[in-house]
Amino acid sequence: MKEEDRPEEKNPMEDFLRMDRIPHIWCPGCGIGTVVTSFADALRKSDLNLDKVAVVSGIGCSGRVAGYVKFDSFHSTHGRAIPFATGLKLANPDLKVIVFSGDGDIVGIGGNHFIHAARRNMDILVICVNNFNYAMTGGQVAATTPLTANLSTAPYGNFEYPFSLPYLADACGASYVARWTALHLRRVTHSIQEALQKRGFSFIEVITPCVTLYARRNRLGDGLNLLKYYYENAEIQHGADTRTLGISFQGRLIVGKFVDREKPTFLDCMNDHLSKALGDKYVKYGVKL
Amino acid sequence: MKADPKGVLTGAHYLDGDFAIAEGALAAGCRFFAGYPITPSTETAERFAERIPFVGGVFIQMEDEIASITALIGASWGGKKPMTVTSGPGFSLMMENIGLAAMMEAPIVIANVQRGGPSTGLPTLTGQGDMMQVRWGSHGDYKIIALSPDSPQECFDLTIQAFNLAEMYRVPAFIMTDECVGHMHEKVVIPPADQIEIVERKWYEGPKDKYLPYKPDKDLVPFMVKAGDGYRFHTTGLTHDERGYPVINAECQDWCVRHINDKITKNAAKIIKFEEDQTDNAEVVVVSYGITSRVAVKAVQQARKAGIKIGTLRLITVWPFPEKRIKELSKKIKAFVIPELNYGQMALEVERASAGQAPAIRVSHMGGWVHDPEDIFKAIKEAAK
Repeated sequence: MKEEDRPEEKNPMEDFLRMDRIPHIWCPGCGIGTVVTSFADALRKSDLNLDKVAVVSGIGCSGRVAGYVKFDSFHSTHGRAIPFATGLKLANPDLKVIVFSGDGDIVGIGGNHFIHAARRNMDILVICVNNFNYAMTGGQVAATTPLTANLSTAPYGNFEYPFSLPYLADACGASYVARWTALHLRRVTHSIQEALQKRGFSFIEVITPCVTLYARRNRLGDGLNLLKYYYENAEIQHGADTRTLGISFQGRLIVGKFVDREKPTFLDCMNDHLSKALGDKYVKYGVKL
Repeated sequence: MKADPKGVLTGAHYLDGDFAIAEGALAAGCRFFAGYPITPSTETAERFAERIPFVGGVFIQMEDEIASITALIGASWGGKKPMTVTSGPGFSLMMENIGLAAMMEAPIVIANVQRGGPSTGLPTLTGQGDMMQVRWGSHGDYKIIALSPDSPQECFDLTIQAFNLAEMYRVPAFIMTDECVGHMHEKVVIPPADQIEIVERKWYEGPKDKYLPYKPDKDLVPFMVKAGDGYRFHTTGLTHDERGYPVINAECQDWCVRHINDKITKNAAKIIKFEEDQTDNAEVVVVSYGITSRVAVKAVQQARKAGIKIGTLRLITVWPFPEKRIKELSKKIKAFVIPELNYGQMALEVERASAGQAPAIRVSHMGGWVHDPEDIFKAIKEAAK
């Protein structure tokens, strides 16, 4: 077949990515890209109007996601993706707002916003790519770094207790909580699909190798090895008690869907409560009449 | 366009400055308020929380001031006219994302009911120590608009103005008041909605794939869209091009930073408002703003009685600063007298604009109370010598 006779090939990601911004900046072997692929796949399988999808990121490697996805997308400041998303969602409740960012961004500098958005059951989905370190700045210790792991600001190994993110999200009242590794592609996609259907605060943690910094510094092999290692060390325990989900250095990873509950969102609560308190005088907000 | 009557509490009221700011915001079409309690600004948030359920909109008390200001930027891109209110320590926390709003060119309004600083300072007492912080507080080079009301009535009027200017120039706009004006009760007349002029941002209506969020229009202000309307735009706090895409080099930095500064500088003449009295043959001109301008009235009266040729210039817009007018005056007068509730902040601007033509005599009061008019009078006498 002559070249001009071939049907035009379309990149399957074209509807979801800003192709004029590709290639991306992520290192070979990094898992962020696969999470983005799962995200696009989940959106493709959903019946959402993509014009109503908005993605907000903070700062860091995962914070770059907002710059690559072809939706209304916002690259905010370090740690502030969640309050930005809160303002966006409340201003325009028709939007499906997804925060896509890293562990340092979401539970380090942005930890306060994370717990409060979960507490309010703000109707947003937070996808947190956890690579156990601050990668964009060169591999520093994070709030998620397992004990003893070596990083540039923990040069003799980390001695601080890390957060267990699903436990934190659950304790703060999130409606949906799941954890996977970046190699659980279909599982991640499925969780994002579920969470996109959910109303309320949804949280998905995806464990990802940071090949250039965390893996190299701790002599954990290349990205593919570590990706495989995480996958093989993962044990699926849906509904596991979130108190049992702590992560030790190169230890067992419990993954799965841990929380899936129905509860009214911030706006539901606001409208229900104020309607009861004020009666007909209350002007309902963000409700399709 | 005219104000939406739903938010307008037409009539004559007895309100304090903080409440008047909330009413001004509602009249201006603000339907999103995110804030965090801090003395002496909290009453604005309380008033908004009480009123908004009957108007239709959102009040949310965020976890801190960082969250509040960031939520405003999100809400602005969501299509709302958003507002927050704060004071000293909260204002400091907002600085990072005031820069984000300037960079993203998101219209937002922030009221700072100033108290004595630095740090926790005087939570319940007045000050004007944030006048330079509002201009320079976030890192990097950017410009904002700031207005300074001297009465509850002006709190109402200038809050509407602040929204109009924020929308017109896609910029963070500030109401720089203080504890005295914030807690001062006076008559506030709220006109009928059809007498309140409201300006909305320039909404883009061209083809969806042609939208460029940072392409300057003739007045240098780019058109805006809101999330959810199918434009699939991108915006970032990184240095960016017209598409809003990050470009990390010196050329783009030059374009981007010049743009957000030029937009205000080149429109400054349209933005700046001040009130001038008897400056024609004046030997001394008192430059003041906010509560200090009201205290200065007494000193000016005393000076006139004493036969001193004195004029006044009250800043309504503090930023951009009316440097052209100060420069003109500096060539004709002996000296400026600048009473402020700080060590001397706007006096620096007067000094800069007059460029050695007339001295800028400070009457500095560190806050906690207003000036004794006698101190201002003494400075005027000294200046007239």
